[in-house]
Amino acid sequence: MTRLLEVEGVHAAYGPSEVLFGISLHIEEGEVITLLGRNGMGKTTTVRTILGLMRCSAGGVRWQGGPIGNRPSHIVARLGLGYVPEGRRIFPNLSVRENLLVAGRDRESSSAWNLERVLDFFPRLAERLDNGGAQLSGGEQQMLAIGRALMTNPSLLILDEATEGLAPIVREEIWRRLHQLKQTGLTILIIDKELDELCALADRHYVIEKGEIVWSGDSAALQADAGVQATYLAV
Amino acid sequence: MRRPSPRLLLACVLFILLALAPILTIFVGNDYPLIVLTRVLILAMAAVSLDLILGYGGMVSLGHAAFLGLGAYAVGIMTTEGVTSGLVQWPLAILLTALVALVIGALSLRTRGVYFILVTLAFAQMIYFVSVGLDAYGGEDGLVVPTRSRFSVLDLSDRTSFYFLCLVLLFAAIAFVAHLARTRFGLVLRGAAMNERRMRALGFPVYRYRLAAFVIAGALCGLAGILLANHSEFVSPSIMNWGRSADLIIMVVLGGIGSAVGPLLGAMVFMLAEETLSHLTTYWQLIFGPLILIFVRFARSGLIGLFPERSGDG
Repeated sequence: MTRLLEVEGVHAAYGPSEVLFGISLHIEEGEVITLLGRNGMGKTTTVRTILGLMRCSAGGVRWQGGPIGNRPSHIVARLGLGYVPEGRRIFPNLSVRENLLVAGRDRESSSAWNLERVLDFFPRLAERLDNGGAQLSGGEQQMLAIGRALMTNPSLLILDEATEGLAPIVREEIWRRLHQLKQTGLTILIIDKELDELCALADRHYVIEKGEIVWSGDSAALQADAGVQATYLAV
Repeated sequence: MRRPSPRLLLACVLFILLALAPILTIFVGNDYPLIVLTRVLILAMAAVSLDLILGYGGMVSLGHAAFLGLGAYAVGIMTTEGVTSGLVQWPLAILLTALVALVIGALSLRTRGVYFILVTLAFAQMIYFVSVGLDAYGGEDGLVVPTRSRFSVLDLSDRTSFYFLCLVLLFAAIAFVAHLARTRFGLVLRGAAMNERRMRALGFPVYRYRLAAFVIAGALCGLAGILLANHSEFVSPSIMNWGRSADLIIMVVLGGIGSAVGPLLGAMVFMLAEETLSHLTTYWQLIFGPLILIFVRFARSGLIGLFPERSGDG
Protein backbone atom coordinates (compact mmCIF):
# COMPACT_ATOMS: atom_id res chain seq x y z
CA MET A 1 0.00 0.00 0.00
CA THR A 2 1.17 3.49 -0.73
CA ARG A 3 0.51 6.45 1.47
CA LEU A 4 -1.87 8.86 -0.23
CA LEU A 5 -2.24 11.59 2.35
CA GLU A 6 -0.25 12.47 5.41
CA VAL A 7 -1.15 15.23 7.84
CA GLU A 8 1.63 16.07 10.31
CA GLY A 9 1.10 18.25 13.36
CA VAL A 10 -1.25 20.69 11.65
CA HIS A 11 -2.27 23.82 13.53
CA ALA A 12 -4.98 26.16 12.27
CA ALA A 13 -6.85 29.14 13.62
CA TYR A 14 -9.87 31.29 12.87
CA GLY A 15 -8.38 34.70 13.47
CA PRO A 16 -6.86 34.71 16.96
CA SER A 17 -8.68 31.59 18.17
CA GLU A 18 -6.82 28.38 17.46
CA VAL A 19 -8.94 25.36 16.62
CA LEU A 20 -6.42 22.71 15.58
CA PHE A 21 -3.54 21.84 17.88
CA GLY A 22 -1.25 19.51 15.97
CA ILE A 23 -3.52 17.13 14.09
CA SER A 24 -1.68 14.13 12.61
CA LEU A 25 -3.27 11.44 10.51
CA HIS A 26 -2.60 9.46 7.36
CA ILE A 27 -4.54 7.59 4.69
CA GLU A 28 -3.26 4.67 2.65
CA GLU A 29 -4.49 4.13 -0.89
CA GLY A 30 -7.78 2.22 -0.95
CA GLU A 31 -8.54 2.85 2.71
CA VAL A 32 -11.73 4.27 4.15
CA ILE A 33 -11.12 6.32 7.27
CA THR A 34 -13.38 8.45 9.43
CA LEU A 35 -13.06 11.56 11.54
CA LEU A 36 -15.23 11.28 14.63
CA GLY A 37 -16.03 13.66 17.43
CA ARG A 38 -18.69 16.03 18.65
CA ASN A 39 -19.65 19.23 16.88
CA GLY A 40 -17.10 22.02 17.01
CA MET A 41 -14.13 19.77 17.77
CA GLY A 42 -12.33 20.50 14.48
CA LYS A 43 -13.36 17.76 12.05
CA THR A 44 -14.48 20.09 9.27
CA THR A 45 -11.59 22.46 9.94
CA THR A 46 -9.15 19.57 9.52
CA VAL A 47 -10.65 18.74 6.14
CA ARG A 48 -10.70 22.39 5.08
CA THR A 49 -7.05 22.73 5.99
CA ILE A 50 -6.16 19.65 3.93
CA LEU A 51 -8.02 21.14 0.97
CA GLY A 52 -6.30 24.51 1.18
CA LEU A 53 -9.56 26.27 2.05
CA MET A 54 -8.00 27.23 5.34
CA ARG A 55 -4.44 28.22 6.24
CA CYS A 56 -2.41 25.88 8.37
CA SER A 57 -0.25 27.96 10.67
CA ALA A 58 2.14 25.11 11.54
CA GLY A 59 2.71 21.53 10.48
CA GLY A 60 2.37 20.11 7.00
CA VAL A 61 0.18 18.19 4.59
CA ARG A 62 1.73 15.73 2.14
CA TRP A 63 -0.04 14.27 -0.87
CA GLN A 64 1.59 11.21 -2.44
CA GLY A 65 4.77 12.25 -0.71
CA GLY A 66 4.85 15.87 -1.87
CA PRO A 67 4.00 18.86 0.33
CA ILE A 68 0.67 20.57 -0.46
CA GLY A 69 0.14 22.61 2.72
CA ASN A 70 -1.24 26.09 2.02
CA ARG A 71 -1.47 25.60 -1.73
CA PRO A 72 -4.48 27.37 -3.35
CA SER A 73 -7.56 25.17 -3.14
CA HIS A 74 -8.04 24.96 -6.92
CA ILE A 75 -4.56 23.47 -7.28
CA VAL A 76 -5.12 20.99 -4.44
CA ALA A 77 -8.42 19.94 -6.05
CA ARG A 78 -6.63 19.29 -9.37
CA LEU A 79 -4.29 16.85 -7.62
CA GLY A 80 -7.25 14.53 -7.09
CA LEU A 81 -9.03 15.54 -3.89
CA GLY A 82 -12.81 15.45 -4.37
CA TYR A 83 -14.83 17.22 -1.70
CA VAL A 84 -18.51 16.84 -0.78
CA PRO A 85 -19.00 19.68 1.69
CA GLU A 86 -21.32 19.82 4.65
CA GLY A 87 -24.70 21.21 3.63
CA ARG A 88 -24.19 19.91 0.07
CA ARG A 89 -23.61 23.30 -1.61
CA ILE A 90 -24.63 22.40 -5.12
CA PHE A 91 -24.95 25.24 -7.63
CA PRO A 92 -28.66 26.15 -7.41
CA ASN A 93 -28.60 28.22 -10.61
CA LEU A 94 -27.26 25.37 -12.75
CA SER A 95 -29.26 22.36 -13.90
CA VAL A 96 -28.43 18.87 -12.66
CA ARG A 97 -26.65 18.14 -15.93
CA GLU A 98 -24.65 21.38 -15.72
CA ASN A 99 -23.75 20.76 -12.09
CA LEU A 100 -22.19 17.47 -13.15
CA LEU A 101 -20.61 18.61 -16.41
CA VAL A 102 -18.88 21.59 -14.90
CA ALA A 103 -16.90 19.26 -12.64
CA GLY A 104 -15.93 16.78 -15.37
CA ARG A 105 -12.26 16.37 -16.16
CA ASP A 106 -11.28 15.61 -19.71
CA ARG A 107 -9.34 12.52 -18.67
CA GLU A 108 -10.33 9.75 -21.05
CA SER A 109 -10.34 6.26 -19.58
CA SER A 110 -12.84 3.42 -19.64
CA SER A 111 -12.94 3.24 -15.86
CA ALA A 112 -13.19 6.99 -15.41
CA TRP A 113 -16.30 8.60 -13.98
CA ASN A 114 -18.25 10.43 -16.63
CA LEU A 115 -21.83 11.65 -16.97
CA GLU A 116 -23.21 8.26 -18.02
CA ARG A 117 -21.51 6.38 -15.22
CA VAL A 118 -22.61 8.87 -12.55
CA LEU A 119 -26.20 8.63 -13.83
CA ASP A 120 -26.00 4.83 -13.72
CA PHE A 121 -24.77 5.12 -10.17
CA PHE A 122 -27.54 7.55 -9.13
CA PRO A 123 -30.50 6.75 -11.42
CA ARG A 124 -32.63 9.35 -9.65
CA LEU A 125 -30.43 12.08 -11.05
CA ALA A 126 -31.01 10.79 -14.57
CA GLU A 127 -34.72 11.54 -14.18
CA ARG A 128 -34.01 15.12 -13.13
CA LEU A 129 -31.24 16.13 -15.52
CA ASP A 130 -32.90 19.32 -16.72
CA ASN A 131 -34.17 20.39 -13.32
CA GLY A 132 -32.48 23.27 -11.59
CA GLY A 133 -30.28 22.35 -8.65
CA ALA A 134 -32.59 24.23 -6.31
CA GLN A 135 -35.58 22.10 -7.29
CA LEU A 136 -34.10 18.87 -5.91
CA SER A 137 -34.95 17.16 -2.63
CA GLY A 138 -32.29 17.01 0.07
CA GLY A 139 -31.39 13.43 -0.84
CA GLU A 140 -31.13 14.24 -4.52
CA GLN A 141 -28.95 17.24 -3.76
CA GLN A 142 -26.67 14.99 -1.75
CA MET A 143 -26.47 12.48 -4.61
CA LEU A 144 -25.70 15.38 -6.95
CA ALA A 145 -22.97 16.67 -4.64
CA ILE A 146 -21.39 13.21 -4.50
CA GLY A 147 -21.83 12.74 -8.25
CA ARG A 148 -20.21 16.10 -8.90
CA ALA A 149 -17.21 15.13 -6.78
CA LEU A 150 -16.96 11.78 -8.63
CA MET A 151 -16.96 13.60 -11.98
CA THR A 152 -13.55 15.03 -11.04
CA ASN A 153 -12.30 11.41 -10.83
CA PRO A 154 -10.73 11.96 -7.42
CA SER A 155 -8.07 9.76 -5.90
CA LEU A 156 -9.47 10.68 -2.48
CA LEU A 157 -13.13 11.42 -1.84
CA ILE A 158 -13.85 13.54 1.23
CA LEU A 159 -17.42 13.52 2.55
CA ASP A 160 -18.52 15.89 5.30
CA GLU A 161 -21.81 14.88 6.97
CA ALA A 162 -23.12 13.26 3.81
CA THR A 163 -26.18 11.74 5.48
CA GLU A 164 -27.07 14.55 7.85
CA GLY A 165 -30.70 15.67 7.77
CA LEU A 166 -31.83 13.04 5.27
CA ALA A 167 -34.77 10.64 5.55
CA PRO A 168 -33.76 7.15 6.78
CA ILE A 169 -34.53 5.50 3.45
CA VAL A 170 -32.36 8.03 1.58
CA ARG A 171 -29.58 7.61 4.12
CA GLU A 172 -29.65 3.86 3.51
CA GLU A 173 -29.22 4.43 -0.19
CA ILE A 174 -26.28 6.77 0.36
CA TRP A 175 -24.57 4.25 2.64
CA ARG A 176 -25.14 1.51 0.03
CA ARG A 177 -23.52 3.68 -2.61
CA LEU A 178 -20.56 4.42 -0.37
CA HIS A 179 -20.00 0.67 0.11
CA GLN A 180 -20.08 0.29 -3.67
CA LEU A 181 -17.54 3.10 -4.03
CA LYS A 182 -15.27 1.42 -1.50
CA GLN A 183 -15.43 -1.78 -3.56
CA THR A 184 -14.14 0.09 -6.61
CA GLY A 185 -11.00 0.75 -4.59
CA LEU A 186 -11.65 4.45 -4.04
CA THR A 187 -9.97 6.01 -1.02
CA ILE A 188 -12.49 7.79 1.20
CA LEU A 189 -12.30 10.13 4.17
CA ILE A 190 -15.67 10.52 5.83
CA ILE A 191 -17.09 12.65 8.62
CA ASP A 192 -20.41 11.41 9.99
CA LYS A 193 -22.27 10.59 13.17
CA GLU A 194 -23.81 7.18 12.46
CA LEU A 195 -21.32 5.01 14.29
CA ASP A 196 -22.76 1.61 13.29
CA GLU A 197 -22.74 2.47 9.62
CA LEU A 198 -19.24 3.93 9.87
CA CYS A 199 -17.87 0.84 11.60
CA ALA A 200 -19.34 -1.34 8.86
CA LEU A 201 -17.84 0.82 6.11
CA ALA A 202 -14.52 2.17 7.35
CA ASP A 203 -11.16 0.55 8.03
CA ARG A 204 -9.83 2.99 10.60
CA HIS A 205 -11.13 5.86 12.71
CA TYR A 206 -9.71 9.01 14.24
CA VAL A 207 -11.46 10.68 17.16
CA ILE A 208 -10.95 14.44 17.44
CA GLU A 209 -11.48 16.33 20.67
CA LYS A 210 -10.79 20.05 20.97
CA GLY A 211 -8.49 20.13 17.98
CA GLU A 212 -6.41 17.08 18.82
CA ILE A 213 -6.52 13.42 17.84
CA VAL A 214 -7.33 11.61 21.07
CA TRP A 215 -7.92 8.11 19.77
CA SER A 216 -7.32 6.13 16.62
CA GLY A 217 -7.83 2.53 15.68
CA ASP A 218 -9.80 0.10 13.55
CA SER A 219 -13.51 -0.66 13.63
CA ALA A 220 -13.19 -3.67 15.94
CA ALA A 221 -11.20 -1.66 18.46
CA LEU A 222 -13.69 1.21 18.33
CA GLN A 223 -16.66 -1.06 18.89
CA ALA A 224 -14.89 -2.78 21.77
CA ASP A 225 -13.91 0.46 23.48
CA ALA A 226 -17.02 1.64 25.31
CA GLY A 227 -14.92 4.25 27.10
CA VAL A 228 -14.04 6.16 23.93
CA GLN A 229 -17.60 6.08 22.76
CA ALA A 230 -18.90 7.39 26.09
CA THR A 231 -16.21 10.04 26.59
CA TYR A 232 -15.88 11.54 23.13
CA LEU A 233 -18.81 10.49 20.99
CA ALA A 234 -21.90 10.28 23.18
CA VAL A 235 -24.10 13.32 22.71
CA MET B 1 -38.48 15.98 -31.23
CA ARG B 2 -38.76 18.67 -28.58
CA ARG B 3 -40.85 21.72 -29.18
CA PRO B 4 -38.76 24.88 -29.39
CA SER B 5 -38.82 26.82 -26.14
CA PRO B 6 -40.90 30.01 -25.84
CA ARG B 7 -37.67 31.91 -25.32
CA LEU B 8 -36.14 30.67 -28.55
CA LEU B 9 -39.36 31.53 -30.39
CA LEU B 10 -39.29 35.01 -28.90
CA ALA B 11 -35.71 35.50 -30.12
CA CYS B 12 -36.66 34.37 -33.63
CA VAL B 13 -39.71 36.64 -33.76
CA LEU B 14 -37.69 39.61 -32.50
CA PHE B 15 -35.00 39.17 -35.12
CA ILE B 16 -37.49 38.64 -37.94
CA LEU B 17 -39.33 41.83 -36.95
CA LEU B 18 -36.06 43.74 -36.71
CA ALA B 19 -35.01 42.45 -40.12
CA LEU B 20 -38.30 43.66 -41.59
CA ALA B 21 -38.09 47.06 -39.89
CA PRO B 22 -36.43 48.92 -42.81
CA ILE B 23 -39.72 48.44 -44.72
CA LEU B 24 -41.22 50.73 -42.10
CA THR B 25 -39.17 53.64 -43.39
CA ILE B 26 -40.88 53.32 -46.77
CA PHE B 27 -44.27 53.92 -45.15
CA VAL B 28 -43.10 56.63 -42.78
CA GLY B 29 -41.28 58.37 -45.60
CA ASN B 30 -38.19 59.26 -43.59
CA ASP B 31 -35.24 57.54 -41.96
CA TYR B 32 -36.08 58.50 -38.39
CA PRO B 33 -37.36 55.08 -37.22
CA LEU B 34 -34.31 53.40 -38.74
CA ILE B 35 -31.95 55.81 -37.00
CA VAL B 36 -33.61 55.15 -33.64
CA LEU B 37 -33.63 51.40 -34.21
CA THR B 38 -29.95 51.34 -35.18
CA ARG B 39 -29.19 53.06 -31.89
CA VAL B 40 -31.31 50.45 -30.08
CA LEU B 41 -29.32 47.63 -31.70
CA ILE B 42 -26.00 49.22 -30.74
CA LEU B 43 -26.96 49.81 -27.12
CA ALA B 44 -28.46 46.32 -27.00
CA MET B 45 -25.05 44.96 -27.97
CA ALA B 46 -23.46 46.92 -25.12
CA ALA B 47 -26.12 45.54 -22.77
CA VAL B 48 -25.52 41.98 -24.00
CA SER B 49 -21.82 42.37 -23.25
CA LEU B 50 -22.62 43.67 -19.77
CA ASP B 51 -24.95 40.73 -19.22
CA LEU B 52 -22.04 38.33 -19.71
CA ILE B 53 -20.34 39.63 -16.56
CA LEU B 54 -23.38 40.92 -14.65
CA GLY B 55 -26.00 38.33 -15.45
CA TYR B 56 -23.91 35.20 -15.84
CA GLY B 57 -20.89 36.13 -13.77
CA GLY B 58 -22.59 38.05 -10.97
CA MET B 59 -20.13 40.94 -11.36
CA VAL B 60 -22.02 44.22 -11.05
CA SER B 61 -19.85 46.66 -12.98
CA LEU B 62 -20.90 50.31 -12.83
CA GLY B 63 -18.27 51.32 -15.34
CA HIS B 64 -19.21 49.40 -18.44
CA ALA B 65 -19.96 52.51 -20.54
CA ALA B 66 -16.22 53.30 -20.40
CA PHE B 67 -15.66 50.55 -22.98
CA LEU B 68 -18.39 52.04 -25.16
CA GLY B 69 -16.54 55.34 -24.96
CA LEU B 70 -13.12 53.79 -25.63
CA GLY B 71 -14.34 52.04 -28.77
CA ALA B 72 -16.04 55.20 -29.99
CA TYR B 73 -13.10 57.50 -29.21
CA ALA B 74 -10.64 55.11 -30.85
CA VAL B 75 -12.62 55.37 -34.08
CA GLY B 76 -13.10 59.14 -33.71
CA ILE B 77 -9.44 59.86 -33.07
CA MET B 78 -8.16 57.55 -35.81
CA THR B 79 -10.54 59.10 -38.33
CA THR B 80 -9.42 62.58 -37.32
CA GLU B 81 -5.81 61.49 -37.80
CA GLY B 82 -6.63 60.26 -41.29
CA VAL B 83 -6.86 56.52 -40.60
CA THR B 84 -10.26 55.70 -42.08
CA SER B 85 -9.91 52.05 -43.11
CA GLY B 86 -12.24 49.91 -41.04
CA LEU B 87 -9.84 46.99 -41.34
CA VAL B 88 -7.30 49.03 -39.40
CA GLN B 89 -9.65 50.99 -37.13
CA TRP B 90 -11.85 48.21 -35.86
CA PRO B 91 -9.23 45.64 -34.80
CA LEU B 92 -7.14 48.38 -33.15
CA ALA B 93 -10.16 49.80 -31.30
CA ILE B 94 -11.19 46.34 -30.07
CA LEU B 95 -7.64 45.54 -29.03
CA LEU B 96 -7.46 48.79 -27.08
CA THR B 97 -10.71 48.14 -25.18
CA ALA B 98 -9.64 44.56 -24.46
CA LEU B 99 -6.31 45.76 -23.03
CA VAL B 100 -7.95 48.41 -20.88
CA ALA B 101 -10.51 45.82 -19.71
CA LEU B 102 -7.60 43.53 -18.81
CA VAL B 103 -6.04 46.20 -16.60
CA ILE B 104 -9.32 47.33 -14.99
CA GLY B 105 -10.46 43.74 -14.52
CA ALA B 106 -7.15 42.54 -13.08
CA LEU B 107 -7.37 45.17 -10.35
CA SER B 108 -11.12 45.44 -9.71
CA LEU B 109 -11.76 41.68 -9.63
CA ARG B 110 -9.66 41.48 -6.48
CA THR B 111 -12.56 43.17 -4.72
CA ARG B 112 -16.09 41.93 -4.11
CA GLY B 113 -19.61 43.23 -3.88
CA VAL B 114 -20.06 46.94 -3.29
CA TYR B 115 -16.30 47.54 -3.55
CA PHE B 116 -16.29 46.04 -7.03
CA ILE B 117 -19.10 48.40 -8.02
CA LEU B 118 -17.15 51.39 -6.71
CA VAL B 119 -13.79 50.38 -8.19
CA THR B 120 -15.27 49.85 -11.67
CA LEU B 121 -17.07 53.19 -11.35
CA ALA B 122 -13.83 54.88 -10.32
CA PHE B 123 -11.93 53.52 -13.34
CA ALA B 124 -14.74 54.55 -15.68
CA GLN B 125 -14.73 58.07 -14.20
CA MET B 126 -10.97 58.27 -14.76
CA ILE B 127 -11.41 57.40 -18.43
CA TYR B 128 -14.33 59.83 -18.65
CA PHE B 129 -12.20 62.70 -17.33
CA VAL B 130 -9.33 61.79 -19.64
CA SER B 131 -11.75 62.21 -22.55
CA VAL B 132 -12.91 65.55 -21.12
CA GLY B 133 -9.28 66.62 -21.00
CA LEU B 134 -8.54 65.64 -24.61
CA ASP B 135 -8.44 69.24 -25.87
CA ALA B 136 -6.92 68.20 -29.16
CA TYR B 137 -9.99 66.06 -29.79
CA GLY B 138 -12.77 68.37 -28.71
CA GLY B 139 -12.49 67.97 -24.95
CA GLU B 140 -15.84 68.35 -23.28
CA ASP B 141 -17.54 69.46 -26.52
CA GLY B 142 -16.77 66.20 -28.25
CA LEU B 143 -15.44 65.38 -31.65
CA VAL B 144 -17.13 65.23 -35.03
CA VAL B 145 -16.31 62.03 -36.91
CA PRO B 146 -16.05 63.33 -40.48
CA THR B 147 -16.37 60.00 -42.28
CA ARG B 148 -17.60 56.58 -41.33
CA SER B 149 -15.15 53.67 -41.32
CA ARG B 150 -14.33 52.57 -44.86
CA PHE B 151 -14.75 48.98 -45.98
CA SER B 152 -14.26 47.99 -49.61
CA VAL B 153 -17.31 45.70 -49.71
CA LEU B 154 -19.71 47.71 -47.59
CA ASP B 155 -20.72 51.36 -47.56
CA LEU B 156 -21.44 52.25 -43.95
CA SER B 157 -22.82 55.67 -44.87
CA ASP B 158 -25.81 53.93 -46.40
CA ARG B 159 -28.27 53.86 -43.48
CA THR B 160 -29.95 50.59 -44.46
CA SER B 161 -26.66 48.71 -44.95
CA PHE B 162 -25.38 50.06 -41.67
CA TYR B 163 -28.60 48.96 -39.95
CA PHE B 164 -28.22 45.44 -41.27
CA LEU B 165 -24.56 45.33 -40.27
CA CYS B 166 -25.55 46.25 -36.71
CA LEU B 167 -28.32 43.65 -36.76
CA VAL B 168 -26.02 40.87 -37.95
CA LEU B 169 -23.34 41.80 -35.41
CA LEU B 170 -25.92 41.92 -32.61
CA PHE B 171 -27.26 38.54 -33.64
CA ALA B 172 -23.72 37.14 -33.63
CA ALA B 173 -23.05 38.68 -30.21
CA ILE B 174 -26.20 37.17 -28.71
CA ALA B 175 -25.51 33.76 -30.25
CA PHE B 176 -21.93 33.95 -29.00
CA VAL B 177 -22.93 34.83 -25.42
CA ALA B 178 -25.70 32.19 -25.38
CA HIS B 179 -23.21 29.59 -26.56
CA LEU B 180 -20.52 30.71 -24.14
CA ALA B 181 -22.94 30.34 -21.22
CA ARG B 182 -23.31 26.64 -22.01
CA THR B 183 -19.63 25.83 -22.33
CA ARG B 184 -17.46 24.76 -19.39
CA PHE B 185 -16.25 28.35 -19.23
CA GLY B 186 -19.82 29.61 -18.85
CA LEU B 187 -20.70 26.97 -16.28
CA VAL B 188 -17.72 27.93 -14.13
CA LEU B 189 -18.68 31.60 -14.42
CA ARG B 190 -22.33 30.97 -13.51
CA GLY B 191 -21.58 28.52 -10.71
CA ALA B 192 -18.96 30.82 -9.19
CA ALA B 193 -21.51 33.65 -9.12
CA MET B 194 -23.47 31.52 -6.66
CA ASN B 195 -20.60 29.94 -4.75
CA GLU B 196 -17.07 30.99 -5.56
CA ARG B 197 -15.34 28.92 -2.87
CA ARG B 198 -17.13 25.77 -4.01
CA MET B 199 -15.98 26.35 -7.59
CA ARG B 200 -12.40 26.75 -6.42
CA ALA B 201 -12.65 23.51 -4.42
CA LEU B 202 -13.68 21.82 -7.67
CA GLY B 203 -10.36 22.85 -9.13
CA PHE B 204 -11.12 26.07 -11.00
CA PRO B 205 -9.07 29.27 -10.61
CA VAL B 206 -12.16 31.49 -10.49
CA TYR B 207 -10.25 34.78 -10.74
CA ARG B 208 -8.81 33.89 -14.15
CA TYR B 209 -12.19 32.84 -15.50
CA ARG B 210 -13.74 36.10 -14.31
CA LEU B 211 -10.93 38.15 -15.78
CA ALA B 212 -11.34 36.41 -19.14
CA ALA B 213 -15.08 37.15 -19.06
CA PHE B 214 -14.40 40.77 -18.13
CA VAL B 215 -12.04 41.18 -21.11
CA ILE B 216 -14.48 39.52 -23.53
CA ALA B 217 -17.30 41.75 -22.27
CA GLY B 218 -15.10 44.83 -22.55
CA ALA B 219 -14.06 44.01 -26.12
CA LEU B 220 -17.66 43.32 -27.15
CA CYS B 221 -18.76 46.62 -25.64
CA GLY B 222 -15.87 48.26 -27.50
CA LEU B 223 -17.35 46.93 -30.74
CA ALA B 224 -20.66 48.56 -29.78
CA GLY B 225 -18.70 51.78 -29.23
CA ILE B 226 -17.19 51.52 -32.70
CA LEU B 227 -20.67 51.20 -34.17
CA LEU B 228 -21.95 54.08 -32.06
CA ALA B 229 -19.23 56.45 -33.32
CA ASN B 230 -20.08 55.47 -36.90
CA HIS B 231 -23.78 55.87 -36.24
CA SER B 232 -23.71 59.29 -34.54
CA GLU B 233 -20.71 60.52 -36.54
CA PHE B 234 -19.86 62.27 -33.31
CA VAL B 235 -18.18 61.22 -30.07
CA SER B 236 -18.20 63.05 -26.76
CA PRO B 237 -17.50 62.24 -23.11
CA SER B 238 -21.25 61.92 -22.51
CA ILE B 239 -21.12 58.52 -24.26
CA MET B 240 -19.46 57.19 -21.17
CA ASN B 241 -20.73 59.24 -18.28
CA TRP B 242 -21.67 57.06 -15.38
CA GLY B 243 -25.38 57.51 -15.99
CA ARG B 244 -24.87 55.56 -19.21
CA SER B 245 -23.36 52.68 -17.26
CA ALA B 246 -26.44 52.74 -15.04
CA ASP B 247 -28.71 52.78 -18.12
CA LEU B 248 -26.98 49.63 -19.35
CA ILE B 249 -27.58 47.94 -16.00
CA ILE B 250 -31.26 48.94 -16.17
CA MET B 251 -31.53 47.48 -19.67
CA VAL B 252 -30.04 44.19 -18.50
CA VAL B 253 -32.21 43.96 -15.39
CA LEU B 254 -35.33 45.08 -17.24
CA GLY B 255 -34.82 42.47 -19.95
CA GLY B 256 -33.77 39.72 -17.57
CA ILE B 257 -30.30 39.03 -16.23
CA GLY B 258 -28.47 35.91 -17.31
CA SER B 259 -30.27 35.40 -20.61
CA ALA B 260 -28.65 36.37 -23.89
CA VAL B 261 -31.83 37.76 -25.51
CA GLY B 262 -33.02 39.60 -22.40
CA PRO B 263 -30.76 42.64 -22.82
CA LEU B 264 -32.08 43.18 -26.38
CA LEU B 265 -35.61 43.17 -25.02
CA GLY B 266 -34.54 45.47 -22.20
CA ALA B 267 -32.79 47.88 -24.57
CA MET B 268 -35.84 48.02 -26.85
CA VAL B 269 -38.24 48.78 -24.00
CA PHE B 270 -35.84 51.25 -22.40
CA MET B 271 -35.33 53.22 -25.61
CA LEU B 272 -38.99 53.04 -26.52
CA ALA B 273 -39.85 54.47 -23.10
CA GLU B 274 -37.23 57.20 -23.54
CA GLU B 275 -38.57 58.04 -27.02
CA THR B 276 -42.25 58.22 -26.04
CA LEU B 277 -41.98 59.60 -22.51
CA SER B 278 -39.50 62.33 -23.44
CA HIS B 279 -42.07 63.64 -25.93
CA LEU B 280 -44.45 64.11 -23.00
CA THR B 281 -42.05 65.80 -20.63
CA THR B 282 -38.39 66.70 -20.27
CA TYR B 283 -38.45 64.96 -16.93
CA TRP B 284 -39.32 61.62 -18.44
CA GLN B 285 -37.30 59.74 -15.83
CA LEU B 286 -39.90 60.93 -13.32
CA ILE B 287 -42.37 58.58 -15.01
CA PHE B 288 -39.87 55.90 -15.99
CA GLY B 289 -38.42 55.52 -12.49
CA PRO B 290 -41.66 54.49 -10.77
CA LEU B 291 -42.45 52.19 -13.72
CA ILE B 292 -39.17 50.37 -13.13
CA LEU B 293 -39.92 50.09 -9.42
CA ILE B 294 -43.31 48.54 -10.13
CA PHE B 295 -41.75 46.29 -12.72
CA VAL B 296 -38.99 45.01 -10.45
CA ARG B 297 -41.57 44.36 -7.74
CA PHE B 298 -43.75 42.16 -9.94
CA ALA B 299 -41.41 40.61 -12.53
CA ARG B 300 -38.18 39.87 -10.76
CA SER B 301 -36.69 37.76 -13.51
CA GLY B 302 -37.21 40.53 -16.06
CA LEU B 303 -39.26 40.63 -19.24
CA ILE B 304 -37.58 37.46 -20.44
CA GLY B 305 -39.04 35.71 -17.39
CA LEU B 306 -42.40 35.84 -19.15
CA PHE B 307 -40.95 33.46 -21.74
CA PRO B 308 -39.80 30.19 -20.13
CA GLU B 309 -36.48 28.72 -21.18
CA ARG B 310 -37.90 25.23 -21.68
CA SER B 311 -41.20 24.29 -23.25
CA GLY B 312 -43.56 22.96 -20.63
CA ASP B 313 -42.08 25.01 -17.78
CA GLY B 314 -44.21 27.55 -15.91
